[in-house]
Amino acid sequence: MTEPTQVERLAGTVAPYEQNIDTGVVLAPAGLLDSTVEAGLELKIRSQWSYARQRFLRHRLAMIGLIGLIIIFGVGAFANFVAPYAFDQIDLTNVRHAPTLKAHHFFGTDEIGRDYLSRVIYGIRTSEQVGLFVALVSTLFGLVLGAVAGYYGGWIDNLLMRLTDLVLTLPALAILLTAAALIEASHSGFAHTINRFGDQWTITFILTGFFWTGIARIVRGVFLSLREKEYVEAAKASGAGDLRIIFRHVLPNTLGPVVVNATLAVAAAIITEAFLSFLGFGIKPPTASLGSLTAEGQQFPQAWWLTVMPGLVLVTIVLCVNFVGDGLRDALDPQQRRIRA
Amino acid sequence: MPDPILSIRDLAVEFRTDDGIVHAVDGITYDVLPGETLGIVGESGSGKSVSTMALLGLIPQPPGRIVSGTAMFKGKDLLKLKKRELRQFRGEEVAMVFQDPMTSLNPVLKIGFQLGEAIKTHHPKESDEKVKERVIELLRLVGVPNPDQRYSQYPHEFSGGMRQRAMIAMSIANSPSLLIADEPTTALDVTIQAQVLEVLKTVQAETHAATILITHDLGIVAELCERVLVMYGGRIVESGDVHTIFSAPRHPYTIGLMDSLPKLTEDEEWLRPIPGAPPSLINRPTGCAFHPRCFLSQGRLKCREETPVLRKAEGTGHEAACHFSDELIGHQSKFSQPVTA
Repeated sequence: MTEPTQVERLAGTVAPYEQNIDTGVVLAPAGLLDSTVEAGLELKIRSQWSYARQRFLRHRLAMIGLIGLIIIFGVGAFANFVAPYAFDQIDLTNVRHAPTLKAHHFFGTDEIGRDYLSRVIYGIRTSEQVGLFVALVSTLFGLVLGAVAGYYGGWIDNLLMRLTDLVLTLPALAILLTAAALIEASHSGFAHTINRFGDQWTITFILTGFFWTGIARIVRGVFLSLREKEYVEAAKASGAGDLRIIFRHVLPNTLGPVVVNATLAVAAAIITEAFLSFLGFGIKPPTASLGSLTAEGQQFPQAWWLTVMPGLVLVTIVLCVNFVGDGLRDALDPQQRRIRA
Repeated sequence: MPDPILSIRDLAVEFRTDDGIVHAVDGITYDVLPGETLGIVGESGSGKSVSTMALLGLIPQPPGRIVSGTAMFKGKDLLKLKKRELRQFRGEEVAMVFQDPMTSLNPVLKIGFQLGEAIKTHHPKESDEKVKERVIELLRLVGVPNPDQRYSQYPHEFSGGMRQRAMIAMSIANSPSLLIADEPTTALDVTIQAQVLEVLKTVQAETHAATILITHDLGIVAELCERVLVMYGGRIVESGDVHTIFSAPRHPYTIGLMDSLPKLTEDEEWLRPIPGAPPSLINRPTGCAFHPRCFLSQGRLKCREETPVLRKAEGTGHEAACHFSDELIGHQSKFSQPVTA
């Protein structure tokens, strides 16, 4: 006797459909469900997130960026294990040595003989701290501010958005330079407290003070349109309070653009920090950051590796972050059906 | 007659717009008895939705404003409650089913979560397992097949009819004593409409909740309701039990509504619409708002100058707001004859 086909097998196990007389609903008998599961024919339930994850994983550039970021940030995070030398270890017998495979000076040494690879690795750690902290804190702040402004509207919205506009109209560079100089020179109060943590925190706080505006505007915009949605009205009608509606119902709907923006803010913060440090207002030696390393190096045009090496790392980080950001935008946009390679 | 569960007196709602004041609801008075199904019928813009939204404080203010009126529910005036007190009524005592199930469910939250939330909002101490059990029981009650699996699905995995079932399940989650269904079947196709109506019937039998059914579909009224209010231009023009209204309507607008329906047993070439268009609620016609479209008025002065009030007509609780409703005595409604197939 031949094996029954799948259809025959299924047909054999099927009990008649039952119809619920009250509701008119046709219920599939339990036997049918079991056999579909057995035959591997059941539908897999997939959430929005699993679609997004799949779209992201298929995005080639984003994956390259992600892997690059994991490696670079991993090296930065574990700098004390990875770096062959301490970032301030001086070796005056080996000054301004060009990159070589000998003695682990892969990136050469600087003008007082410190191993440049180690300094770049510690520089990554500093830039990474600044970038991640600025992105995280400014996103949270902007999120709450934008949500409140967009949800309540009216004078609250007006007040908060004019505040945002005010921060946006400030000439960022001038303020950054002044603030950095002021905080550095202060000997008491809040600024002094920040300063005592080290100058990467000074610059971090200043940058956070500028970066939240973008997120706040985006979130406000999304809230303005989402608060008119019927599910918000339905939530109200079932007795939900404002906080629950804001954080449970509307906020998750804004996460797509917010996540993308937060990612791009990491790159922007790292670049701005490097730029300020390059001008001499950010991170001071002996602490290394990618920006301050580049700045140090420019005094010695012959020792090209002093500018090129940290510069290359900086460019790589920012490129990777932007690739990931692009990938996230494509993955999280539910309108987007086509998968870009 | 039992004491009404909800009694609305002289409710008036207006909206201030750039074009002038819109008198959406203009002094309506009615009672809802415990356990009954009251239908409110009327064209778009007749004030049928606004009058019930006002009860739950769901009218955006501004531009909306409740000008006058009381709505006594369980010894309290819903219109005078503070926001916090009103929230306890929403979902717990008075629940609402919205028109469009496609947009009334939050796309980023699982169905089970959204239903559970409706319970948890009012019973925060209930254990998670108990809530889940109750939600699955509710889903089963409204005829969602495989409720255990459906529990952890997202709205986009539900069809329109299933979503509306889920919305109905959500509205009865806390066994409210008053259920407001605002055009619950308008967004659904006809076969699904029939199923959803069955579900509403089942639910009503189960919960014994009084129901206000807002619709413009006279067929649904005939199917589900015991009493009917007919609204036109923000006012109630006729009220009575469903048999009286269908067999002996005493307002020309009600007659016009019925005449505009095709009858299955008659061979009709054309539909017979009511001539003209619904009145502007900013510049309402003087006197009876229906007079410009009325076949009975024919330019009589009284119709133009004097606003008719609801007067008793023959039949228990039958009232009509027409100066010349007596002329309609003996009028054979399209539906006074039983349909013989």
